[in-house]
Amino acid sequence: MLQVRSISRSFHGNKVLNDLSFEAKAGRITGFVGANGSGKTTTMRIILGVLAANEGTVTWQGGPITQQVRQRFGYMPEERGLYPKMKVAEQIVYLGRLHGLDQATAQRNTTALLDRLELAGRADDPVERLSLGNQQRVQICAALVHDPDLLILDEPFSGLDPLAIETVLSVLRAQAARGVPVLFSSHQLELVERLCDDLVIISGGSTAASGDRKTLQTRFATPRFELVVDGDAGWVRDVAGVEVVELDGARVVFDVAEGEQAQSVLQAAIHRGPVRTFGAVVPSLAEIFREVI
Amino acid sequence: MSFWGATRLIAQREILVQVRGKSLWITFGLFIVGLFAAAILPGLGGDESGPTVATFGTQATRVVAATGTDLEARAVADLGQAEALVRDGEVSAAVVDDPGSPTGVRVIAMSQAPYRVLAALAAPPPVDLLAPDAVDEDILFLASFGFSLAFFIFGMSGVGIAQSVVTEKQTRIVEILVATVPVRALLTGKIAAYSLLVFGQVGVLAMLTPIALRAGDMGALLGLIGPALGWFVPFFMLGFVLLASMWAVAGALVSRAEDLSSTSPLVTLLVMVPYMGVTFFQSNDIAMTVMSYVPFSSAVAMPVRMFAGETQLWEPFVSLAILAATLVAAVLVAARLYTGSLLQTGARVRLRRAWSGAETPLA
Repeated sequence: MLQVRSISRSFHGNKVLNDLSFEAKAGRITGFVGANGSGKTTTMRIILGVLAANEGTVTWQGGPITQQVRQRFGYMPEERGLYPKMKVAEQIVYLGRLHGLDQATAQRNTTALLDRLELAGRADDPVERLSLGNQQRVQICAALVHDPDLLILDEPFSGLDPLAIETVLSVLRAQAARGVPVLFSSHQLELVERLCDDLVIISGGSTAASGDRKTLQTRFATPRFELVVDGDAGWVRDVAGVEVVELDGARVVFDVAEGEQAQSVLQAAIHRGPVRTFGAVVPSLAEIFREVI
Repeated sequence: MSFWGATRLIAQREILVQVRGKSLWITFGLFIVGLFAAAILPGLGGDESGPTVATFGTQATRVVAATGTDLEARAVADLGQAEALVRDGEVSAAVVDDPGSPTGVRVIAMSQAPYRVLAALAAPPPVDLLAPDAVDEDILFLASFGFSLAFFIFGMSGVGIAQSVVTEKQTRIVEILVATVPVRALLTGKIAAYSLLVFGQVGVLAMLTPIALRAGDMGALLGLIGPALGWFVPFFMLGFVLLASMWAVAGALVSRAEDLSSTSPLVTLLVMVPYMGVTFFQSNDIAMTVMSYVPFSSAVAMPVRMFAGETQLWEPFVSLAILAATLVAAVLVAARLYTGSLLQTGARVRLRRAWSGAETPLA
């Protein structure tokens, strides 16, 4: 497990991270979301030892992160970087070896990854000849080649087409299934919602919310319901203890002070005629995001 | 992986990139061609025969014959014929008998006394050489020029290190590298790779030098140049590593290859100093002695002084020790500046910021 404890970091007197804490658990995919400039990249760089924290600690399996430990991490930085003139496979093998693999294992892993990410045909092309989307896939290979103990990806989906997104999603899920903690940042909240088990929302350099995604969604959920009937649903406005949020002919979204009141609304609706839809409304990540930031 | 394991992998990659490129082989090829040209070409000019003179009279014929191949004689029947040949430009001058002259001959020429003819005719006094092994000025010049040119060109080739560093910064792969291996391993690997490549080339050139000299019929020089060449190699090695560490910092201080021109002139100057200094002050003993102890120029000046036979036995050792101490200090400073500036992007990193920047990363 990766634990980030109360880290702070300033740049030229400007505090970018302020007492930030969260964790990334084994076998779980943790989504790291926040507005631009909220400190996501700085946090990831501190975990990778590229930057130092002014205060606070980052630990892996309860111990300090030494060079040896860090070498087993997989990292995909936001600013992508590869040697443009080096061949795809050669480059991934090289990075695998820097991560401590022997030549044979690095070769084997590279071949398997290139296959998995549908790049096998480009193995001997220099990276600069690949499209940006394909370069991105190579970058993912570079982060995965050594079967990392922890995977940290800064905006792994930016610049990918929908097909590539699906491929990367499945690769990340496979990594988590292996028991690896996967921490990734993204602006694409619907992707985060689909992919992550846990969520860390960062705002102004501090943790605004963190924990299991479903628990967070429930916690942030007001008791809100949606009802669709055949006729006009305007009568819901007159039910005591109910506040209508949205009304559009036959569809109404409403908040109740207590869950039981929703049942009264449902009974009243059935009494009036057919009910097409009735259910609790779970807030989307975007809504939680707006609420906590 | 250990520090040295990472260093080795990084050095391997750098060497591979260079060996696969063209520029290394072009420079190396030019050096070999230049070496053989310098050894062989001067000898080819030596076969040129002396000027032709018309001779009239027994004393004149004897005097001209005594010059050996310095003058070529063309005997004529009378004075008028000799003068005619001079007028026509067929001969450089005419040498004719003149009982009134102390040497018994007279030279006839058109408008000016022909220097080469007079020089050939002059009977030089016998010479006793007190230091027959002392090095000829021309050869000394050639050797010092060779050493300083080699240092200059190989020193400039270190710009490859700066380019390699800035490429990693520009493409941002540096972030992955720094997250994976110690920053110092990155620096050491690069310096080691370029140093090995250059040492390999210098080693081959040093081995080819005796062959080139023999091919140019200058084998006799070997005994003279051998020890100086032997000393040039360690001086060159330390001098190059010193420059290499500076090239690495020059690369780390900027973020884009096109900005290298803002940091590289200082290193270029350090490469130029020994080259220019030794070439211009070669005959100035004080300047050469000072330069043979100052790091950078000592790499060239000390072997040249040794070649000229001007040094005491202990001198190269002291100079080498000063160079080695400077090298250690420079590498430590360079490692810190490199660490502090490697991840800074944007405009050129100021030295002070690079120095203090080294405190923030963990690596």
